Amino acid sequence: MTTFTAVSDNPADRLRRALADTWTITLRDMQHWRNRPGLMVFGWLFPVLMMVMFIGLLGGAISAATGGSYVNFVMPGAFAMAMFFGLEGTMTAVSLDASKGVTDRFRSLPMSGFAVVAGRCTADMINSVISLFVTVSAGLLFGWRPDAALPAIIAAFALLLLLRFAMLWVGVFIGLKAKSPEAVSAVQLALWPLLFLSSVFIDTATMPRWLGTIAQANPLSATATAARELFGNAGVTGGSWFAENAVLLALAGPALLVIIFLPLSASAYRHLRR
Amino acid sequence: MPEHDKDLAIAAYGVAKKYPSAGKDQPRALDGFDLEVARGSVHGLLGPNGAGKTTAVRIMATLLDLDEGTVRVSGYDVVRESRHVRQRIGLVGQYAAVDEELSGRQNLVMFGRLSRLSPRAAQLRADELLEQFGLADTGAKRISAYSGGMRRRLDLAAGLIVAPEILFVDEPTTGLDPAGRRDVWDAIRGLVHGGTTVLLTTQYLEEADQLADRISMLARGRVVAGGTPDELKAQVGQDWLDLVPADQADITRITRLVVPWASGEIHTVNGRVQVPVLNRIESLLGVAAALRDDGIALDDLVVRTPTLDEVFIQLTGAAATDGPGTDEATIPAAETQGVPA
Repeated sequence: MTTFTAVSDNPADRLRRALADTWTITLRDMQHWRNRPGLMVFGWLFPVLMMVMFIGLLGGAISAATGGSYVNFVMPGAFAMAMFFGLEGTMTAVSLDASKGVTDRFRSLPMSGFAVVAGRCTADMINSVISLFVTVSAGLLFGWRPDAALPAIIAAFALLLLLRFAMLWVGVFIGLKAKSPEAVSAVQLALWPLLFLSSVFIDTATMPRWLGTIAQANPLSATATAARELFGNAGVTGGSWFAENAVLLALAGPALLVIIFLPLSASAYRHLRR
Repeated sequence: MPEHDKDLAIAAYGVAKKYPSAGKDQPRALDGFDLEVARGSVHGLLGPNGAGKTTAVRIMATLLDLDEGTVRVSGYDVVRESRHVRQRIGLVGQYAAVDEELSGRQNLVMFGRLSRLSPRAAQLRADELLEQFGLADTGAKRISAYSGGMRRRLDLAAGLIVAPEILFVDEPTTGLDPAGRRDVWDAIRGLVHGGTTVLLTTQYLEEADQLADRISMLARGRVVAGGTPDELKAQVGQDWLDLVPADQADITRITRLVVPWASGEIHTVNGRVQVPVLNRIESLLGVAAALRDDGIALDDLVVRTPTLDEVFIQLTGAAATDGPGTDEATIPAAETQGVPA
């Protein structure tokens, strides 16, 4: 019969174990994808479906009104949206694990507590890279073309993934704190107004001035606007201070979210013991 | 810490716990909880819903902090040495779930890896357990597609990955058919043979009676009685006289007539009058004579030792289960004397 092996406590061993556990949890999430391929593919295609809808419905009207290419305007927004909506997946998965008792199983095992969250983080980031890859490919197919040097393009993708990383910690926190799947659904609904009240789909200059300013202050707009700037795509016109400093805000906003929600998530995880 | 702590699988003293979400006037979930469990035994922790079973096990399994008291599992403090405790325990049942979206085998391999088995050892162990629990053919299936019985067996396997010193098992046979129930009971007895200590929590007295060497009865956050099943039955200290009247209308008359022999509360359950008595023969003869003099006909009259159910009700003042057979009216002895003729 198999018995446990004595576990040493030196820091290097602990780190090695934490990394091994993180990888085990990451693999677990990737096994979920393989067991539910339909759900995953739908998730990856969702931003593309949204784009087809918007380009089809509004592309003509908006291009006619602004004279620019709507595809070039909207695709960076779509990338930001894909990252922003990653929050849903993180939140739902964390909340399901907590409510169904899987998190308790992990907590009862002699594994690293850090790995439970770090594994989720790694799997979600891999998921989002795939999602971004799919959306970018679709964009290129629709005629989106970045017009910038490679370093700028890389910087744009880095900012997009930074937004996803920030959303990850917001998702872990809400997932741990949500009392029920219904509470998570309520948060999911609340994301939609946040999405539309931004520069993702529409140039904020076309909105009433006060509404446009609020939309530009939306962190999602900051990442979308910064991405447009770095990709060399036409951005919002008649920008406020928020639009002028989009790159800075696309760095500072997500960074602030991480600074707030990473410790909150860690504390929520520890408070599962209370 | 008492000297013999090291020899005990579980030693809990004066444990108190109140959930932060509980209101000011709400009682503590655990309040003065003491428990000693000898190594290599099956210990039944018995109590109705809300008695504090789950809270107690979650604390012993390092999932929950305690407010007061100390708990040592296999000699290790559950708060300060939680990692050592986690290497030595297994959880089965509602205390910790398996991942429904993974197959049985994927679950067991993952938990094996997280329990510090090498990748190879984790796979071997998973196959070994699937074989042992008759799941070899269905190991590749997602858990969400498992039947209740398969699910229960996988739960048990997940708790056994590293041959734990102490296994916490919650109502392992709820919802299983008699054959499945026997299988699980046999599996648990087999474990104890291998030296594992089992802490079994259940609402079902029969299960505890079948499996447990010792039983602790829990009510309102503390252990109210403990001992072997026989000791507990003896602790109630009396036999029962069961009377089944030929005519149900006679029940009130009977409960009044038997009062002189009753040593405690008289119960009526499913048309059966149950009288606790101190001297079985004298009571039997006396009651029989009194009923005959009053012209009351009986279908049945028996003397028996108490069931664990009755011990439980006596000790906790609460029914152990809401299942059929316990939907009873309890008539305090003092009140029956006041029933008008």
